[in-house]
Amino acid sequence: MSFKELVRSLHSGETDFLDYALESREKSLACQRETNAFLQVFDEAEIERQVRHAQGLVAAGSATALTGVPVAIKENILVRGYRASAASRMLENHIALYDAHVVQQLRAAGAILVGTTNLDEFAMGSSNETSYYGPVKNPRDLKRVPGGSSGGSAAAVAYGAVPLALGTDTGGSVRQPAAFCGVVGYKPSYGRVSRYGVVAFASSLDQVGIFAQDAVGAAALAEVIEGVDERDATSESMGTLSLESLLTQPYDFAGAKVAMLKETLNTRLDADVSAAWGSVQSKLFGLGAHLAEVSVPAWRYALETYYLLCCSEASSNLARYDGVRYGHRAAGITDLDDLYAKSRAEGFGTEVKQRILMGTLALSSGYFDAYFKKAAQVRRVLVNQMNVLFKKYDFVIMPTTPTVAFPLASLSSGTMEMYENDVFTVGVNVAGLPAVSVPAGVRGLPVGIQLIGPRGSDEKLLRAANRLQELIA
Amino acid sequence: MSQKLFEAVIGLEIHAQLMTKRKAFCEAGVDADALPNQRVGIVSAGLPGALPTLNREVVTLAAAAAIALNCRVASRTIFERKNYFYPDLPKGYQISQLAFPIGSDGYVDIYGEKSEKLRVGIDRIQIEEDAGKLSHTGAKTWVDLNRAGTPLVEIVSRPDIRTPAQAAAYMKTVYNALVFAKVCDGNLEKGNFRCDANVSVRRVGEEKLGTRTEIKNVNSFRFVEKAIDFEIARQIALIEAGGRVVQETRGWDAGTSTTYTMRVKEDAQDYRYFPDPDLPPVVLSEGWVKGVRDSMPPLPDQIVAELQQRYGLDVGLARTLGADPKYYQFFQSLLTADAGLPADLVAKWICGDLSHELKVYRKEVDELPFVAAQLATLLGLVHEQRVSAQNAKKLLRLLFDQPQVDLPAHLREKGLEQISDRAQLGAWIDEVLAAHAAAADQLRAGDLKIFDFLQGQVMKASRGRANPVLVSEILKEKLA
Repeated sequence: MSFKELVRSLHSGETDFLDYALESREKSLACQRETNAFLQVFDEAEIERQVRHAQGLVAAGSATALTGVPVAIKENILVRGYRASAASRMLENHIALYDAHVVQQLRAAGAILVGTTNLDEFAMGSSNETSYYGPVKNPRDLKRVPGGSSGGSAAAVAYGAVPLALGTDTGGSVRQPAAFCGVVGYKPSYGRVSRYGVVAFASSLDQVGIFAQDAVGAAALAEVIEGVDERDATSESMGTLSLESLLTQPYDFAGAKVAMLKETLNTRLDADVSAAWGSVQSKLFGLGAHLAEVSVPAWRYALETYYLLCCSEASSNLARYDGVRYGHRAAGITDLDDLYAKSRAEGFGTEVKQRILMGTLALSSGYFDAYFKKAAQVRRVLVNQMNVLFKKYDFVIMPTTPTVAFPLASLSSGTMEMYENDVFTVGVNVAGLPAVSVPAGVRGLPVGIQLIGPRGSDEKLLRAANRLQELIA
Repeated sequence: MSQKLFEAVIGLEIHAQLMTKRKAFCEAGVDADALPNQRVGIVSAGLPGALPTLNREVVTLAAAAAIALNCRVASRTIFERKNYFYPDLPKGYQISQLAFPIGSDGYVDIYGEKSEKLRVGIDRIQIEEDAGKLSHTGAKTWVDLNRAGTPLVEIVSRPDIRTPAQAAAYMKTVYNALVFAKVCDGNLEKGNFRCDANVSVRRVGEEKLGTRTEIKNVNSFRFVEKAIDFEIARQIALIEAGGRVVQETRGWDAGTSTTYTMRVKEDAQDYRYFPDPDLPPVVLSEGWVKGVRDSMPPLPDQIVAELQQRYGLDVGLARTLGADPKYYQFFQSLLTADAGLPADLVAKWICGDLSHELKVYRKEVDELPFVAAQLATLLGLVHEQRVSAQNAKKLLRLLFDQPQVDLPAHLREKGLEQISDRAQLGAWIDEVLAAHAAAADQLRAGDLKIFDFLQGQVMKASRGRANPVLVSEILKEKLA
């Protein structure tokens, strides 16, 4: 069912709010059993309480497109009163004391929070295999990974447990699992959505993102969660996004200038990806879009730049997990250093430790100039080069990932092979751009094609993504 | 002896707490008297998902501090993270400033005993947040995060200071400027104004700096002088004995007046500073800086000028009064209590006798046991020549012991009012001249030194009540 049809059905009374929400809850439990996508599914009383609130909004005439719509939340986004583990042993027993900004917005709009979803530990990973709670299976092929780090949210939407889910995207963590699971994944412009109440991984790259069956659903959720929040100093006003315009003004690709980055064109692609990519190019061409190969030299260094920046920031952001105030504290400690060392050794998994160590090195005296500083410089160059490109082009287009979903346990975490899976997605975060991954598989496993726009162009980007999806279908 | 062969090079890092209602990056309030952990927001607790947001009041006060200390205010300033682990540091990093501090290249002028000026350069002023407080009972350590996130400015001097006395004068001058500017409440006991001293010694004539040590958290002007004094002597003794100064962090023990090793440089940490990605750069326009400057209360230099121009005080008195906000305030409250008092009389008494008594009683001027009006009454009596200077000093001491005393009544009861009645004075003089006929003859013969002796005898005969000016006048007449 399209999101538009779902909203019509709910608002017309054809579908009962409570029945639909409880059905979503049942599917979530089934999804949890089959794929391990959910970490918590809220109980019936909790769901019913939220449904009553949604019905109250309808009665008061203040319903939104999200009123009565079930949503799953990645478990690194705080939902008051529920565990916020970030899929880490470190926060295994951590109950959120407050709602994240995006959760507050969802509640106000009358959305129904159904449960929390699995993820790579602290959102570090590209396969959802670093989770303390075990890997998630891809609902499209249970032997394969769903992608990561928001693997649980992608799987929940792909499974049909919920029409919408929230994830976080630091280097592709929404778009890559969306591509692997065959759903839409939208990463807003940096600063568009408040990070208040989101467990930080890399502050300058983290952004809350959205999973949906179609771009309309993504836009409906975006409309609710976006906007300036004074509790996040990096949140910015970038104009409001209108779901209405998405529905009433379909994007016309005729005459659109679409850039393909030369730096991405030589990357080896899986056959399925290659076929989908070729098909999208010819369809866009058929619609009268101008496709051009453009060089953005700094893109070549996006992967290295990304890993230096995200690890550096993570090494500092994760310092608060020290076993002193909350979170895992090791037993039988002898002194302060022992408390820190043991609690962190036991509380963090291998991937998280590896990134903390890499980040600590990159910021250390003697290495800072060569690593962190250099990465920050490349980042500025990339931002500038993308700005120049967007003076002439409407969008950049490329596959979301070079491969389709790979088999579970086939790649080891923390290896270059695993990191190279992010080669098309990380540049977007480094440059702070908005991007949407649209399902575009033409055979076999799902494939995602990624549309990227200039910072702040989110509405136009979603309109174009919506059109692209219609075109492929 | 050996001290003359060496000179010390001293630089101070002063930490002053900014007078804000809220913490620097957290919604929690600042309240040093609250019960433990009652002023802790999600940011000061370092909870997952918490984001620091800048309290703009911090920037305004820090800019005012920079202006008060003659610094350049940055047009763009950024916050950086200083990373280290400690239980009083909930986020695992302190938000501070490194590359682009809010203030730089300032100075203050200090004056020595002979009024000689020394300009001490200020390298930088940076905004940072305070840590929490740890307390220990037996094997347990308790963490109180009320203070965590309280805004501070760190003021880093250039190594322009050479003596412990200069260091104390510098600390006092900075203190006065910040208190005058209403940037810091100046509460030393609560540690709201404290400093770290970097001290090294070298042989006179040597260009190269010696190895320095850093004395941590000294919170009084007297202690900074003593601590540096001790440290200089320790370093010189070490070098003279053929030893070597070790670069280290030392603590100050006020009980024994000594410094002791806290941490040696070998465990020095790499703080891995980098720009805080949660806090965007702060841009300060020239117009905004001017706005801060214009809304600031007058600063010590301006007050010294006003004291000279408006009240006609000489530069020494003006500088003493103007350097200390408490003295200046007390000066003004005396003139408010009695507008008829001459300003220079009030200033002389505050900087002279009152200041002396304060030292004796170990009190600050805002801790006087008596109200300003009492001292105004006393000075009124002095001004009207109803009490001699000698007796007025005794009355000042009386005020410390009996703050409520009714001075005019006390004067009458004790018969201490100054006597200017020429007949009575003449009678005492005659008595003295009769008793000391030989001395009187000596004076008449030209030995002028004997005049003071005779006058003293008259004052003594009057039990200090005689008007000394009139005594001198009448005595001269009688001897002529």
